[in-house]
Amino acid sequence: MWEYSDKVREHFFNPRNSGPLEEANGIGDVGSIQCGDALRLMLKVNPETEVIEDAHFQTFGCGSAIASSSALTEMIKGLTLDEALKVSNQDIADFLDGLPPEKMHCSVMGREALQAAVANYRGEEWSDDHEEGALICKCFAIDAVMIEDVVTANNLNTVEEVTFYTKAGGGCAACHEGIEEILAKVKASRAGPGETSPPPACPATPEAPKPPSKKLSIVEKIKKIEEVLESVRPMLQRDHGDVELADVQGKKIYVHLKGACSGCMMEAATLGGIQQKMIETLGELVQVLPSSHMPVEA
Amino acid sequence: MEPIYLDNNATTRCEPAVVEAMLPFFTEHFGNASSIHAFGSEVGKALKKARAQVQALLGAEHDSEIIFTSCGTESDSTAILSALKAQPERNTVITTTVEHPAILTLCEWLEKEGYIVHKLKVDKKGRIDIDEYKSLLHDRVAVVSVMWANNETGTLFPVEEMAELAAAKGIMFHTDAVQAVGKVPIDLKNTKIDMLSLSGHKLHAPKGIGVLYLRRGCRFRPLLRGGHQERGRRAGTENSASIVGLGMACELAMQNMEKENTEVRRLRDKLEKGILSQVTHCFPTGDPGNRLPNTSNIAFEYVEGEAILLLLNKMGIACSSGSACTSGSLEPSHVMRAMGIPYTAAHGTIRFSLSVNNTEAEINRVIEAVPPIIAQLRKLSPYWRDGGPVSAEQAFAPTYA
Repeated sequence: MWEYSDKVREHFFNPRNSGPLEEANGIGDVGSIQCGDALRLMLKVNPETEVIEDAHFQTFGCGSAIASSSALTEMIKGLTLDEALKVSNQDIADFLDGLPPEKMHCSVMGREALQAAVANYRGEEWSDDHEEGALICKCFAIDAVMIEDVVTANNLNTVEEVTFYTKAGGGCAACHEGIEEILAKVKASRAGPGETSPPPACPATPEAPKPPSKKLSIVEKIKKIEEVLESVRPMLQRDHGDVELADVQGKKIYVHLKGACSGCMMEAATLGGIQQKMIETLGELVQVLPSSHMPVEA
Repeated sequence: MEPIYLDNNATTRCEPAVVEAMLPFFTEHFGNASSIHAFGSEVGKALKKARAQVQALLGAEHDSEIIFTSCGTESDSTAILSALKAQPERNTVITTTVEHPAILTLCEWLEKEGYIVHKLKVDKKGRIDIDEYKSLLHDRVAVVSVMWANNETGTLFPVEEMAELAAAKGIMFHTDAVQAVGKVPIDLKNTKIDMLSLSGHKLHAPKGIGVLYLRRGCRFRPLLRGGHQERGRRAGTENSASIVGLGMACELAMQNMEKENTEVRRLRDKLEKGILSQVTHCFPTGDPGNRLPNTSNIAFEYVEGEAILLLLNKMGIACSSGSACTSGSLEPSHVMRAMGIPYTAAHGTIRFSLSVNNTEAEINRVIEAVPPIIAQLRKLSPYWRDGGPVSAEQAFAPTYA
């Protein structure tokens, strides 16, 4: 059974604001009977101030779906619509002291119901292109649809690249078989029928690089290294981290991992991803290491 | 408040007599059955006795037809992979859409490896079409694997008849009888079943012990190769304590067989009637006229199974659900989908599975507990209003579905 936080259990056993709200002037219906959860969020909005004066919910779903709905109504009461729209699914999960990765979609549903209810109040159309697939990476709650989209969009070929782009596979590594299957599927659809080939047997090993046409000067090399770091920076910053070049010693490139990246359990995966890009860009085998590994000068 | 355990199809309590029989094999009888000295031969004798106890429960002709394994899943994998390896000219497996994942996941992998798998469909009550089955029996079929009883609904399959039909065409027949052994009488020597899997922990033996029954003369290729244990058919030092425990559990199951089919059946029926008579919009799934005596699977419409389980658990009642949310997948149980149970009900299926340890007082308490829980959750559901499902005009129609 799931490990629900005390707060999830408490909101499930004693849901706040459940049942119909007769004076509602904004109603958001989301969910899917196939997935086993559906949520109706009802808002009573003051037309003068746009303050949410009351919020109720009705939910068909599991313990965490009911708890997420209950939490959401508590969080948004008293906020203006614009303030309420800033509530993210992560905020809902945080309010409940976290949700199991398999259950994060419950908080996503809450967030979507909120958008739908606000759109309904404002007389707007709200459409959702939300699509969920089977959960592949349980460590980081990444599903098959997400991985497939990223693999297709970025032309990825290895499990390592998938980890670098989505985090999937960067934890316990139990899902690598599942990720390889998605890679093979996308590769097959890229190649067209009849040209399928299995994924690389050992994707963790970087492929031998093509010999560079001419040896790079040290200045050219550092320039290219900076380019690679520049290209990955936005992704790291999105997760409140950053990276900086520390030194280049022969085939070893030392980098400072900063902010949330330093000491993160994903450090090895992050460096591995950067290394892969370096090898591709420089056309030679190099090692990317954290600056803490730099040899101390005698 | 004493907890009530109604999840015996998931696993059972190890009987005290079983534990008692096992204990000496952790202490004084620690020997390796293969050893020539006294330490070994004591254990060897105990294994022989246990083998005979399992043989008796299964009605097997020879005790050498019993191969001890680590679990039901190992027995299933061994049986199917053996049939394919021993008959390389045959590339097809016939099974059903409602098997346990131990069979279905293996079959999905076999399909990836290039084998052909036919999954027999089931009707609304979970029954297969015997004519469809007959039409699939041809000389490229290596093995038929059909469960004796379904783990979720308890529905029994006509495996003895199906084995006769397979044998007439020279096709091997395997049955996953993990749920049936100990609950319904089995007499393998008078059937054409070639292989059968059982799992100790489903019949009050410990976890981590299983059996593959292999009819004498049935061609076989081991899954694990190594030492000469189990006559070279399953290498690896015997799990002697658990084997002794399983032997004892089989003997107890023989003694309890009648009680299982009278008293347990009566309590199951009482529970089911008690719930159905008080709760509207719910129904038993599977084939109530032809199922295990201990299992009742009830679909509660417009509520979700995990929520029911959490509230039951709060009252000390343990059972399980076919809802998507309890498994972490997005789809409700493959068994419910195969039977065409609508999504509004499939997510709200609850399985009550009894054992000889359950009492009348426990069943009364469950009959009392269930209706208010369903009512409480329906009050929260957007599909429910004023004591009934929302009418078509006001139907809950989310933006996406």
